[in-house]
Amino acid sequence: MSVERPRIALAGNPNVGKSTLFNALTGLRQHTGNWAGKTVATAKGEYRWRGVDYELIDLPGTYSLAAHSEEERVARDYIESGRAEVVVVVCDATCLERSLILVLQVLEFTGRVVVCVNLMDEAARLGVEVDVTALSDRLGVPVVAAAAGDGIGLDDLRCAIEKLVKGEGEPAPAPERAPEQRVSLAERYARQVLRGQEESRLRRQRRLDRLLTSKSTGIPIMLLLLGAVVWLTVAGANLPSALLTKLFASIGTWLEGLLAGAPAWLSGLLLDGVWRVTAWVVAVMLPPMAIFFPLFTLLEDLGYLPRVAFVLDHAFQKARTCGKQALCMCMSLGCNACGVTGCRIIDSPRERLIAILTSSLVPCNGKFPTLIALITLFFVGGRSGLLPSIEGAALLLGVLVLGVAGTLACSRFLSATVLKGMPSSFALELPPFRKPRVGQVLVRSVLDRTLFVLGRAVTVAAPAGAVIWLTANITVGDATILAHCTGFLDPFARLFGLDGVILMAFLLGWPANEIVLPVMLMAYLATGSLVEFDNLAALGQLLTQHGWTWLTAACTMLFSLFHWPCSTTCLTIYKETGSLKWTAAAVALPTALGLGLCLALNCAAHLLGVA
Amino acid sequence: MFETLRLSDLGEGESAYVKEVSARPGMDRRLTDLGLVPGTRVTCVLKSPAGDPRAYWIRGALIALRGSDAGGVRVERRLETVPAGVAVL
Repeated sequence: MSVERPRIALAGNPNVGKSTLFNALTGLRQHTGNWAGKTVATAKGEYRWRGVDYELIDLPGTYSLAAHSEEERVARDYIESGRAEVVVVVCDATCLERSLILVLQVLEFTGRVVVCVNLMDEAARLGVEVDVTALSDRLGVPVVAAAAGDGIGLDDLRCAIEKLVKGEGEPAPAPERAPEQRVSLAERYARQVLRGQEESRLRRQRRLDRLLTSKSTGIPIMLLLLGAVVWLTVAGANLPSALLTKLFASIGTWLEGLLAGAPAWLSGLLLDGVWRVTAWVVAVMLPPMAIFFPLFTLLEDLGYLPRVAFVLDHAFQKARTCGKQALCMCMSLGCNACGVTGCRIIDSPRERLIAILTSSLVPCNGKFPTLIALITLFFVGGRSGLLPSIEGAALLLGVLVLGVAGTLACSRFLSATVLKGMPSSFALELPPFRKPRVGQVLVRSVLDRTLFVLGRAVTVAAPAGAVIWLTANITVGDATILAHCTGFLDPFARLFGLDGVILMAFLLGWPANEIVLPVMLMAYLATGSLVEFDNLAALGQLLTQHGWTWLTAACTMLFSLFHWPCSTTCLTIYKETGSLKWTAAAVALPTALGLGLCLALNCAAHLLGVA
Repeated sequence: MFETLRLSDLGEGESAYVKEVSARPGMDRRLTDLGLVPGTRVTCVLKSPAGDPRAYWIRGALIALRGSDAGGVRVERRLETVPAGVAVL
């Protein structure tokens, strides 16, 4: 067999730390988290060991190779094809018996297997030990103990792989067994190689589980946790945002000096258009994201997200969809495009499509700054301090809950109309709580998520800034292009409690939700450029001068919550569904909902005379 | 003393042994993959706020199942063989 560049496949149950092991071996940074189904596609990487390059393939996590779901098909096809010279089956030491069922099944396909018993550290905390030598004797293949999160056992694993690659002869696959036989064999092996008691520790886990999911405490704790995350984001982002704004203002002055000799249109385009919009996006977006993502990742690492899905499942059952949709919804909270990709964890095509179509109904991080600003200005009275920040967070939490309600209502609507059907079967694993690796979480969430999303926002904000500046500065007839457009949209927008400028801002904000507010300001100021605001009060004054009332703010927030997905999300939806029709539906659904709610609110307020 | 009931009828903290898995097509295989075969001991560990789904302790893992799926699993309670202290799990 060629040893040019041996291919090694990683297989295993979902959530056994396969991705962590993959990252540890290759030095790559695939997203990891404590819930089943994160690895939605096969990832490839490589590592070097004693002068030989190895290619490593991370297969999706599966409970079996029976090919019932997409992931199982992918994993089975890969292992069956014999493309991998060695298959590493990763086991969970805290749940060895179940892991062994898959090991036995893989052994029926190939004898070139290394078993890696991962999460030994967690098992030790639970008071459990695994006798790997005894297990190796029984399975007839090398078994390595590892704790991939701390880098323990990696070299042993690399050695075992090397031995198998260099070794002569072809170990024969095991004879095929019936599923029940596999289960009972796994049970016997597990009993023979496991030492220790896990009861006391498990009891503590159960207590926490009961607290997080019981009738009286489950939902209040969920709201409190989400509220706390939102409050920390709202309250914590203020100061760094102000500092960044100041910093960018001074850089702007310096750039101004640099461009002093340039023609007016060029410095206007670059400075007032590109630079100011980009600087705004970074200043208002970076701090909330840098707080929200790590907090969220901590909860994810702890294992809380599957509990959320468990608590919310009944509602999704009523909406006739999959309970795993709650996990996609959580992902959408960070970024709608991530939520859409995450929908791959849902097996049933019907339910997956529903989850994709409703993914943009929960507000992504990019909408937070606009929502926070409007809440602070119009509903908390522009005050600052501890109490107003709590009020603001409570209102933002309300907006999030409204988003969840919208998701459920639209899912039910789709289940009853174009995507008729009953919920399919699913089993959701609730993994043991893990102590979050705080340092790792911070680095990962800032580097991988925050900078990734920010980078994407900046790449669209810069050209968008140029386009906006051009529309606001090129005059056709008696007004600028932007003024023509807003004037044209105005009568229509008024029906929904908005105005032409607001609607235009949402249209121009298609590339990124973060730039909606800056576009509004540019249009209102009619100076054709974005003026920096040192404080929110000045912003509030400007909006009030242009006829904003609490109703305008409420309608704008509603429309911000429910309108077309951003361009990245639209593209992702198209990629995932492969259909222009469904992409169009994903645009139409939230837009119709948003316009409908704005119209209703506007009419109700006027009829009741509270506008 | 034997008592046969549906898995979905198990209350929080109650244990039983699987007698027969006849869930919907597709789901029965999935339950087998999770190790839920005749003779397996199952404990209902958690109830969600609405009472459905519930989470079951199956071969060292905590698995949430909806009532419509767990209803297809017949379990048998051997009343005299379930020791008192185990229900805490």
